[in-house]
Amino acid sequence: MTHALDIQQVTRSFGRTAAVDNVSFQVPENSIVGLLGRNGAGKTTLMSMLAGQDRPDTGTVTVLGDKVFERANTLSGISYVRDNQRYPDNYMLHHVLRIAPAFKPNWSRELADELVDGFRIPAKTKITKMSRGQLSSVAIVLSLASRAPITLLDEPYLGLDVTGRALFHRVLLDDYQTHPRTIVLSTHLIEESAALLDRVVIMDKGRIVVDDETENARDGAFVASGQTDAVGRLLVNHRILETHTVGALASVTAAGTLDDTLRQSARVAGVQLARASLQELVSAYGVNESTSETKEKVRA
Amino acid sequence: MFTDDSPIFQQLADRVAEDILNGTYPEDTGVPSTNEYASFYGISPITAAKGMNVLVEQGLLYKKRGIGMFVAPGAPAQLRSERRAAFRDQHVAPLLREAALLGIDPQELAQMINQKESS
Repeated sequence: MTHALDIQQVTRSFGRTAAVDNVSFQVPENSIVGLLGRNGAGKTTLMSMLAGQDRPDTGTVTVLGDKVFERANTLSGISYVRDNQRYPDNYMLHHVLRIAPAFKPNWSRELADELVDGFRIPAKTKITKMSRGQLSSVAIVLSLASRAPITLLDEPYLGLDVTGRALFHRVLLDDYQTHPRTIVLSTHLIEESAALLDRVVIMDKGRIVVDDETENARDGAFVASGQTDAVGRLLVNHRILETHTVGALASVTAAGTLDDTLRQSARVAGVQLARASLQELVSAYGVNESTSETKEKVRA
Repeated sequence: MFTDDSPIFQQLADRVAEDILNGTYPEDTGVPSTNEYASFYGISPITAAKGMNVLVEQGLLYKKRGIGMFVAPGAPAQLRSERRAAFRDQHVAPLLREAALLGIDPQELAQMINQKESS
């Protein structure tokens, strides 16, 4: 099977900072992938390169089996609305909706209408005057109604109310089933979107720390909680990712798989074990290794 | 709607199995499609398909090409015998452990069960 997206050894630096640092990964066709990580992890830089709006210093970006930068053919199959997308000053919603089909061959007017209605996007407000949530709504309309084989969604939820987020999820899933496509979604609202994601790519400081099917990724870490010294003894051979302590109690996210041996030792030691949620996993990988003083408490 | 304790596909499979066991979906009737479950629970269709396939592999559901998935004949009986086998370990043992901790003797425990039954 060909990969919808193929990134090989891509590096992109701004000044002395490598925003994306020697990154390689592939995305299988017709899957929903979460691009997760802290602010500044490199998610938007990576998406810009996937969308052909930027190009790597070194390495290759292949989309739908072809190069992407300044390739009109490839670009027509990609939908990307930046989180800070700019529109011409006098544009209102109807201007955008009239122009979009010219760039997007699969444009669905019915889907656009349904979303505009559901999000209650004002028809007579200039886009430059819209609220953050309304801007996000416009971006989602453009992204989903394009039905582009590659749909890149950068922080689609910013400022969006709870009804809008539910509508977005429902329409995304429904339309994806009738019109399968490859969707890459970056977000910080991890709990809300976790169930949508087939795969996750977690970035930290420009590098990829996890790239796997969502459930496999979650099997790669667990949370242990109990008396601090008991937790410390239990995890003496594990890589500790994140630690919370209160009084004599500790809750520790550690890398590794929950197996029967570990469960047995935990039961004896009075330590509770749980699978890490996707949110705990992403949070843990974003913690600085050097500054985690509480780690010392557990290790002591 | 799902917990973090086990993979979502497994939890979906468990729920559909529960509905087969309690007679919501009788033998040889159709169950909702993968896509319907995906939309209803807000989960990826790939995850939903994985969950349904668990039940197909266990012989609890069968596929009719182009129509959908159906409850296999004998599926409720199969589920019942599997769950009965696990009942002692999963339910009776913890009950006895807790009862012992609280000093409830077997006679008193039996009494409680009988009272619950007749109420």
